[in-house]
Amino acid sequence: MTVLNAARTATHRRDRTAKSSVGLGLRIRRNWQLYAMLAVPLVWLAVFAYWPMYGVIIAFKDYNVVSGIWGSPWVGLKHFERFVESYQFWRLIRNTVFLHVYELLATFPLPIVLALCLNTVRKKWFSRSAQLITYAPHFISTVVVVGLLVVLTNPNTGVANQLLGLFGLGPVDFMGDSGVFRHLYVWSGAWQTMGFSAIIYLAALTSVPPELHEAAIVDGASRIRRMWHIDLPAIVPVAVILLILNIGSILSVGFEKVLLMQNNLNLDVAEVIDTYVYKIGLASAVPQFSYATAIGLFRSVIGLVLLVVANTFARRFARSSLW
Amino acid sequence: MSTAGAPVQDTRSDKIVSACIYTALGLFCLAVLYPLVYVVSASVSNTKKVAAGEVWLWPVGFTLDAYKAVFDYKSIVSGFGNSVYYAVVGAVVATVLTLLAAYPLSRKGLPGKGLIMAAFVFTMMFSGGLIPTYLVVDKLGLLNTRWAIILPAALAVWNVIITRTYLMVTIPEELVEAGKVDGCSDFGFFWRIVLPLSKPIIAVNLLFYAVGQWNSFFNALIYLTNEHLFPLQVILRQILIQSKIDPSQMPDTSKLIQLKELQQQLKYSLIVIGMIPPLLVYPFVQKHFVKGAMIGSLKG
Repeated sequence: MTVLNAARTATHRRDRTAKSSVGLGLRIRRNWQLYAMLAVPLVWLAVFAYWPMYGVIIAFKDYNVVSGIWGSPWVGLKHFERFVESYQFWRLIRNTVFLHVYELLATFPLPIVLALCLNTVRKKWFSRSAQLITYAPHFISTVVVVGLLVVLTNPNTGVANQLLGLFGLGPVDFMGDSGVFRHLYVWSGAWQTMGFSAIIYLAALTSVPPELHEAAIVDGASRIRRMWHIDLPAIVPVAVILLILNIGSILSVGFEKVLLMQNNLNLDVAEVIDTYVYKIGLASAVPQFSYATAIGLFRSVIGLVLLVVANTFARRFARSSLW
Repeated sequence: MSTAGAPVQDTRSDKIVSACIYTALGLFCLAVLYPLVYVVSASVSNTKKVAAGEVWLWPVGFTLDAYKAVFDYKSIVSGFGNSVYYAVVGAVVATVLTLLAAYPLSRKGLPGKGLIMAAFVFTMMFSGGLIPTYLVVDKLGLLNTRWAIILPAALAVWNVIITRTYLMVTIPEELVEAGKVDGCSDFGFFWRIVLPLSKPIIAVNLLFYAVGQWNSFFNALIYLTNEHLFPLQVILRQILIQSKIDPSQMPDTSKLIQLKELQQQLKYSLIVIGMIPPLLVYPFVQKHFVKGAMIGSLKG
């Protein structure tokens, strides 16, 4: 046994030395077909991901179409100062952060609970159909989900208001009520994503060895105890990673959905940084490319910083991190 | 998903917990299903009955008027066709790009692999943002073409990661070595060995990109002004959320009047039309998808 192992490590070592003795240039030439395959996706990446990153410099310029990105004059931090000093600034930050933190608190634990529950179900048909049903809303488009909200909460014909009517309440114009906007946004999101987000936790749970549960049952552990001491710890590393990612995107809440749910009546709580960038940059009569880019960059940089900070904390305290 | 085939008898408290879990899951499924069933019922019910609140779960006064009206509205029909086009072409283009990126990156010992991977992953954390991306699409002359919908969405880094992990698990290095000994080039190996073994992950990618394209509306909103190219979602937004009905989209005025009467009903049927295609496709690929997503997520 040991002899075999020794022999194996020996060949391994020989392999490795053999590999490194082959020159880098030769190794690249030998793999030219693999690089040829990579070429197309890399061109795509350069054009649609990195070229826009270069374009970000217009945030520091007064961009005009005639002179182009490079020819437009530098203006330093002018656009950033304008944004920070504008009356919109705190309102946008507040709305964005509030909406996202609320969403995180409400929807982060739910898929974990759902996965733990699904994991204890022993009847195959029940667990299968529960998964099939709860994943379904994930495949419905944002436009349709907002459309659903609009028709279900319609003050005259919507079923939500008819229900309120039975209790002698309402009618409430849910979509036009800025007090309701956040709840509607967050809980419809929970409805849509909860089942699907549970998949990743279910995957983590399949790695729990069944012997652990059997031993615990023999020791007389109750189901709740087993969930708490066996299943939950298996989920924590994945949960931490997802939490870090979530914190990193704290300033970029589900932009499409917010945009679709906005109307003049709820704008005071529904205007977030991303929708503002869209309105300033593309939807207004006089598009302000540089200003909008500066606001977008401001958001991206803060998001990146938050991501790094959250990751550092996670590595130190939860021993689980993105990198 | 059962944890253990526990031969030991459940205790009483366990039975209670179990009953609670079943009830909670059942209730949650109902909460997910109810709005969907209600909308389908309302879409085939009599307008007046819906408005009077007589419809709670099942259709009352069955009629297909709303669906007939929908198919007379020109831009809905053309939007549906455009969406099918974007979903099919977009999914094929994106899946090809994803495989071309994922396979080389799944191979051991490819010089520069780490660097290339980092270049992909970095774009998940930082991007140029809305305006610079728009300027690039404009500069390439893609505005108001079908390519503006397909090309910018032609690769999702997340899918590359999942596909790469899948390939690392299913195509062991020994197989590559064996192929080399038999004189197989990398192209040949990819075509004859990798692709046939990747059917599940190809299905997952196709489904994912197709559903993504079917459901997306924002790219169309910013890159397209020609309404003949609009996907269904943009039309749905106009009618469902902004309540805009365009008279020029109706062939004759008598039908337009009918449409006005049916306006609320029309919204229910539109919701059904918008959500049915992805819901029809996904159960068939779900098995693969869950497997693929699990393999991908385990390594993260």
